[in-house]
Amino acid sequence: MKTENQRAWFFVLPVLLLVAFNALVPIMTVVNYSVQETFGNNVFFWQGLDWFEQILRSDRFHAALGRQFLFTFLILIIEVPLGIIVALSMPRRGIWVPVCLVLMALPMLIPWNVVGSMWNIFTLPKIGLLGYFMNDVLGINYDMTQQPLSAWITIIVMDVWHWTSLVVLLSYAGLVSIPDAYYQAAKIDGASPWKVFRYIQLPKMKTVLTIAILLRFMDSFNIYTEPFVLTGGGPGNSTTLLSIDLVKIALGQFDLGPAAAMSLIYFAITLLVSWLFYTLMTKDDAK
Amino acid sequence: MTIELKDASKVVRGVTHIKPTSLVMRPGHFNVLLGQTGAGKTSLIKLMAGLDPIASGQILFDGEDVTKLTTQKRNISLVHQFFVNYPHMTVFENIASPLRVAGMAKSEIESRVQEAADILQLGPMLKRRPQELSGGQQQRCALARAIAKESRAVFLDEPLANLDYKLREELREQLPELFAGRGAVVVYATSEPEEALLLGGETALMDDGVVTQFGPTAEIYRHPATLTAARVFSDPPINSAGMTKSGSEARLDTGVRWTLEGPAADLPDGPYTVAIRPHHVMPLAMTSNDVAIDGTVQVTELSGSESSAHFQMGDHGWVSLAHGVHPYKVGETHRFYMDASKAFYFGSDGRLVA
Repeated sequence: MKTENQRAWFFVLPVLLLVAFNALVPIMTVVNYSVQETFGNNVFFWQGLDWFEQILRSDRFHAALGRQFLFTFLILIIEVPLGIIVALSMPRRGIWVPVCLVLMALPMLIPWNVVGSMWNIFTLPKIGLLGYFMNDVLGINYDMTQQPLSAWITIIVMDVWHWTSLVVLLSYAGLVSIPDAYYQAAKIDGASPWKVFRYIQLPKMKTVLTIAILLRFMDSFNIYTEPFVLTGGGPGNSTTLLSIDLVKIALGQFDLGPAAAMSLIYFAITLLVSWLFYTLMTKDDAK
Repeated sequence: MTIELKDASKVVRGVTHIKPTSLVMRPGHFNVLLGQTGAGKTSLIKLMAGLDPIASGQILFDGEDVTKLTTQKRNISLVHQFFVNYPHMTVFENIASPLRVAGMAKSEIESRVQEAADILQLGPMLKRRPQELSGGQQQRCALARAIAKESRAVFLDEPLANLDYKLREELREQLPELFAGRGAVVVYATSEPEEALLLGGETALMDDGVVTQFGPTAEIYRHPATLTAARVFSDPPINSAGMTKSGSEARLDTGVRWTLEGPAADLPDGPYTVAIRPHHVMPLAMTSNDVAIDGTVQVTELSGSESSAHFQMGDHGWVSLAHGVHPYKVGETHRFYMDASKAFYFGSDGRLVA
């Protein structure tokens, strides 16, 4: 016998409301701005898709998007292999395990604007420890407030310091879930350490690594606070990543229409890349 | 190929797992390691496989010292009690993995995998993943890997323990042919005396990290060198009791008496331990020479065509195992008959004297 009970809706309702206020309503507001022009006083003019066209054609957007992809690409090719190497060299058991785990988790626990401030002070020439050491001890001309290359190196090193731990912790979780029996079987098969990594550890880490790369992609692609506090997008526009540019357009120039259009394009790119990556990585498992 | 252990021992954090052991294992038959759980069978296998460090002594493969050689270089195979296959590889890739690691040519790999799969009836399953196979098939996949590799030594660590009864019987019958004529030393660890007898070959009895006796399986079964060896090689456990000999008369500590015959009659007078296998203690008298013993029946079991009774005789819990169905009543005193000519006599040091 089938019982119909409409009360179930009451249990789903809170979630629906939460999602609506969390995601749908803000996005619809942005969509609303993206197709209109406003000069304040709540007066709006219909613009259609003009803002989208303008953004997609603008050199400034292309440059920021290019910098954004370069930044994400660089931190991914550094953080993922480095994270795996660190995870592989961490002890599997014993008293050092909790020590290592806590040390790894520390950078991630620091608020993002604090990370930016820390690295700012750390790297300033003359007063920062690293800035002083590079310039006055090693004699290398290093100044992230003046040179684009120094600024880039600094934001990348900062992100690697801040977020490699995430890859380490996720990879480590994948590694410790491998039973000793597989390592034994591999030894008996005569496998070299590289083959053990390639055929046992890497396949076992695949799921967690997919998640780690996805998280790192999304976080680094949307990064704002740390580079904003550290360089403010400078020198010049050299470290103006997408989100920094977006805030400049929206709050600096108060061009709400183009900023809204840009937000939607930004969101679509993040979503598309994440979806493509996830689909490709999990394609084999679905078979 | 032979495996020779010379005073090999294993110590983990100050605890001795394997006391210095010397053995020579040869190809052409099964070398069975028989002992209860915790006796050191797996430890000994890991030592020979190079998976655990050796504390002292030497291990020789064909006279060549491999003590310091890593597992990777020893060219061996190991099949566990639990089924170890790489979960993300197909059955084909699993069987091929040691060959691929060795850098063998593709065509050669294919023919070898096909051959091993055919022998173990895995032909139609080559494209599947291990978790899509039944337990028996998974273990056959692990066995196929060991066969395809054609290694110098094959270690089978209770490979049938996790299979159901039927499969176990089937696979046990196949095992000796699988490895026959391959020239590899086959070492088979088991905790079941019956399995050791069925596989034949040579048996090393293990107890508490010591190989107590090593030799042809049937020989050891018939002449266990010590009381411990007799206990290990008996299922249900062998019955034993203290006995005093005076003249030609044997007297159990429970008061039962009988006249000694054969070699036992020539022993000097004094205290001994007598041990007799459960199937030589019967619920009915077979010959007039059988010794009558009374016991209180405590537990009875019917297994197929055999019935066993655990009974209390004085301070000793004894077992009788007999063909046919016998109507025991729990709690009643039953008269059992012992075939004293089949009894073993051990001296006060636990060694077999007659």
